[in-house]
Amino acid sequence: MTDLGVVKTGSSIGAFITRRRGRKKLDWTDWLTYVYLLLGLVIMFTPVLWVVVSSFKTPANLTEFPPTLLPYAAETVIVEGHDAPLPLFDVTTEEGETVRLAQLRRVGINAQMIDPANPEERLTIPVENAQPVRQIYLAGENYTNLLSSTGGMIWRYVFNSLFITIVATIITLIMNSMAAFALSKYRFRGSNMALVAILATLMIPATVVLVPTYMIVAQLGLVGNLWGVILPTVATPTGVFLLRQYMLTIPDELIEAARMDHASEWRIFWRIILPLSAPALAVVAIFSILSRWNDFLLPLVVLTRRESYTLQLALASFSTEYGIRYDLLLAMTTLTALPLAFAFIFLQRYITSGIASTGIK
Amino acid sequence: MSARSQFAAATGTIAALPARLIEPLMYGLQRLVGIKRMPWVFLIPNLTAVVLFALLPVFINIFYSVSGSDRLFPWDRPLIGGANYATLFDCGNYLDPSTCSRDLFWRALGNTTVFVPIQVTVMIGVALITALCLNREIRGRGFFRGIFFFPVMLSPVVVALMWQWILQRNGALNGLMGAVGLTPVNWLVFPNTAFFWSVFITVWAHMGFYTIILLAGLQAIPRDVYEAARMDSASPWRSFTKITLPLLKPVLLVVFILAVIRSVQTFDELYVLTGGGPGSATMLMVQYIYEVGFASQPRNFGLAAAASLLLGLALLIFTAIQMRISRGGAND
Repeated sequence: MTDLGVVKTGSSIGAFITRRRGRKKLDWTDWLTYVYLLLGLVIMFTPVLWVVVSSFKTPANLTEFPPTLLPYAAETVIVEGHDAPLPLFDVTTEEGETVRLAQLRRVGINAQMIDPANPEERLTIPVENAQPVRQIYLAGENYTNLLSSTGGMIWRYVFNSLFITIVATIITLIMNSMAAFALSKYRFRGSNMALVAILATLMIPATVVLVPTYMIVAQLGLVGNLWGVILPTVATPTGVFLLRQYMLTIPDELIEAARMDHASEWRIFWRIILPLSAPALAVVAIFSILSRWNDFLLPLVVLTRRESYTLQLALASFSTEYGIRYDLLLAMTTLTALPLAFAFIFLQRYITSGIASTGIK
Repeated sequence: MSARSQFAAATGTIAALPARLIEPLMYGLQRLVGIKRMPWVFLIPNLTAVVLFALLPVFINIFYSVSGSDRLFPWDRPLIGGANYATLFDCGNYLDPSTCSRDLFWRALGNTTVFVPIQVTVMIGVALITALCLNREIRGRGFFRGIFFFPVMLSPVVVALMWQWILQRNGALNGLMGAVGLTPVNWLVFPNTAFFWSVFITVWAHMGFYTIILLAGLQAIPRDVYEAARMDSASPWRSFTKITLPLLKPVLLVVFILAVIRSVQTFDELYVLTGGGPGSATMLMVQYIYEVGFASQPRNFGLAAAASLLLGLALLIFTAIQMRISRGGAND
């Protein structure tokens, strides 16, 4: 009887863990799904995690191979009579004891070391007997070094990126919603042609018209100017389309009533239609922010002066200039990705539902 | 709370200021042009930008492609007819790029025609499997959806530098391989491995976008169809091929067209990751256009325009064929 009871509890625990909504227990397809998703988790997420962890490693720690999992730094000690802090080593002596010594310099396969407690006596020790003493250390100075080594230019890049993103998004929202309002709430000759003209630009990839776009920007005198990146991108056809489809669902009676009250057309647009279109505006805004912040090819062509670089351009040029300064490069990579990571956490639902319903990016 | 609402009120007032200024202006304009022409007032800003930065450039591009010299402005450029196209197509033997006068164009073209089918196939395959998994009743669905989607938000430069850091000679991947007893490989130095990672990384970065679209398509399929199939004891594989795939076909088509158009235009990630190298092993068409038109001296705008027009034309033909095929399928 008791045995049976134990078996029963055991099976009920198993059932509790694998219990699911709807069906009774996990079958093999469920297990396969979980294995696939966990594998996906590893492949999608570890690269990002690895870069963030690496950005907190000291330059010496970064050059190690094989790389250490966590950021480490050599422990150092300040010894009287020596200006610079000296790295500590655990040294195995010939008697098999382990003593902690500070290294002065390395000479071939030997190292000159001193005992911090007794700094007068210099010892010569084979390198193979010495293990560096290390502790986990977050090298936040990578980030402060990044600020100082660019001579404050990094703030310039951040400002440029923010300026382009914010101004372009505001203009996009206003211009697109104005056009969408005209194309959804008025019947007039040429409206279909205007809609077709705007939507036809969907078929023209920006890369295909790169040369003439650059020429027009140059003709407007905007090469090396942030406005040269803002203006070519504001008339997004997807934005107009999305907003128009949304505004079509707003009842015309609202507009009729406002006209009865002698509201001007602009007032109708600004005070009635725009507030009611807020959900669609949010989707357009998010996609505009995303694509302007991450934009690369157009800024690369138009923004030729260093003072006008965006964060993305600066980051790309760092990777060739500071090729070996991985400490700075990784810190800057992390910083560039950070704002979007935060945006993602808060806006994921809007973004995914926006993509799912429109297929735009 | 009150400080926050005060702040909100203050920003609201500041934001409303330009709007207050615009309102009488627009009212004046309405009196001037009449209510009938107001829609054009609303349309003109957007239409101007569309014409200036999208429609006009197409025609200017055509002019660039049939004119020569390194001058930027069209009125400085002499007409040279089809010479730019002739230069691009000037080849001793079309199967061997090194016999062409513009061998890089042919190498970029070759790379693109290999890259696009592989990348699109792998990406849609992986995105479909992921969407199918995420469509099941599993724990942590929102979490996993976020995990697969978030690289879409990362900038291409960040993605490229991240993977460069992992793939470099002393990087994490080689460290892992050393730990399990394999010889480290200098991944981005050999043409084949560099090409492999180019495909891998672009799929890694963009598959989440297509997963979300496919997932929405899957969720639109009514559940009771599957219930009925289970009643008839259909196998999971059979209900996938007989229910899921046919009902998902329209969404799959959209995803396919979008993926091809984006894949053909791949530039940012590879430009930062490999710079088109080693040699020209990962140089695609858009990078060729950029190099010829903007990165080399003298700048050859005519050649860049000719190459980009050919690219645009290829995309147009591809989309038209796809639409025709899908319409034919719908009539069946």
